[in-house]
Amino acid sequence: MAIKRGVSLYSYQNETFTGKMTLEDCIRTSAELGAKGIEVIGEQSFWGWPEYAVDPKAIANWHSLIAKYDCVAVSHDFMLDYKRYKGRIMSVEEQVASVRRDIDFGAQLGVKYLRALVSIAPEVLVAAAPHAEEKNIKILIEVHAPLHFDHPWIVRHAEAFEKSGSEALGFLPDMGMFLHAFPPVWYDKFLRMGVPKTIADYVVKAYEDRVLSEYVVQAVRDMGAEGPALGMVETLRHNAAFEPKRMLDYMPRIHNIHGKFYEITEDYVEPSIPYDQIIAVLKQGGYDGYICSEYEGNRWIEDAVEPDSVEQVRRQQVMLARLLGEAEDPKITTPAYAVAAE
Amino acid sequence: MMDNKMIVEGSLANYVEGGVVKGFQFLGRLPYYRGLGLSMVEDIAVEIDGAAVAREDVRFHVRGKTYTLDEMETVYDDRWNFGEKATIIVLQDGGLAAGEHQVGMAVRYRVSYLPFVPTTRFTKTLALAA
Repeated sequence: MAIKRGVSLYSYQNETFTGKMTLEDCIRTSAELGAKGIEVIGEQSFWGWPEYAVDPKAIANWHSLIAKYDCVAVSHDFMLDYKRYKGRIMSVEEQVASVRRDIDFGAQLGVKYLRALVSIAPEVLVAAAPHAEEKNIKILIEVHAPLHFDHPWIVRHAEAFEKSGSEALGFLPDMGMFLHAFPPVWYDKFLRMGVPKTIADYVVKAYEDRVLSEYVVQAVRDMGAEGPALGMVETLRHNAAFEPKRMLDYMPRIHNIHGKFYEITEDYVEPSIPYDQIIAVLKQGGYDGYICSEYEGNRWIEDAVEPDSVEQVRRQQVMLARLLGEAEDPKITTPAYAVAAE
Repeated sequence: MMDNKMIVEGSLANYVEGGVVKGFQFLGRLPYYRGLGLSMVEDIAVEIDGAAVAREDVRFHVRGKTYTLDEMETVYDDRWNFGEKATIIVLQDGGLAAGEHQVGMAVRYRVSYLPFVPTTRFTKTLALAA
């Protein structure tokens, strides 16, 4: 078995938000690129969920599109709004009941996996696991920066999963945790926000030198930073260049991967995330699930230019195909969308 | 995110009820990569030509239902869907004069996984047809 390519439809959010791209556009474009694994945030792609009933026609349409383009429904990413009630957090029992509903929704969509956000407590997932087993679905907690595989919160999840003995619990690592360089699109945005170039360059160099974020924050304060400059240096508290090889200890429970990226250049490189190392580690670990493109550069450039999510996904798919040793570069043969909607 | 897409272009109009102009309205979208249950939309602050509108004068209208902002805080069976254009109504006798107006919108929304409550704001100049 080999590593497979997919796309999280999160990637096309700027185009789907305005209706420029339909669900069919998203699925067809991904399929043409050979990225046959389709991941959705249920409540992004299906209006109503979880507050009111999703139109059964929308579910039927989903299944017909997955079949039409020979795709696989990989994951439903659920949110679990435990702060739904103002002034109180939902009890563990309420949260478990909510996860069970999402398991049922995932089963309706025909997915194999559910993505759980990293803030969800292990006891909630462990309690929901038997229901997931019944539905033949695995719940995967998304290991996402600033958390990482050696963080005590993730270790606690791992221990709880082992103790539960359930095969229905696992991990979904987000490749953004291996941020080995300060992303150029972040740098450019902070300059547009008015960060002095001297400070911006200092932060980038300090990141490259792997200086502890607390020292960088203090140094930048001493340089007279305020407003956006403090915001820029603050990103160092939430990101780090953790090592891809840390995934190796957890391979038996890693079943899906978010191919997070902020930008792919014209020569098919993600300047801030070391995909060559990542793919090497995944091959070494025998990973045979999907890597789903997750474009998140949109929010860093949309103040200056309209994001072209399709082109960014295409470039990442070419990059992945080459790293996976595929003979041909993926291509889009049909225009991704017909008309510009507002 | 989606800041510049919150206020829908060309959507400013007067709000008419029973043949009487009771205020003005425009279409607004939740600036987020998903939708949210209405109980998690804490505030929709509107400014018109630089003047703040009182919270009690704002109405949120979606798929045939109209809510005050206070009512929304305990609505658990309806949501502001991803990209969905809701009608934001401001009660203001006589509405607005024809011509250009500066419309400001700031949405404060409670996101479970964030350790703070974000507010996203944007201002656009919209023309109201005569």
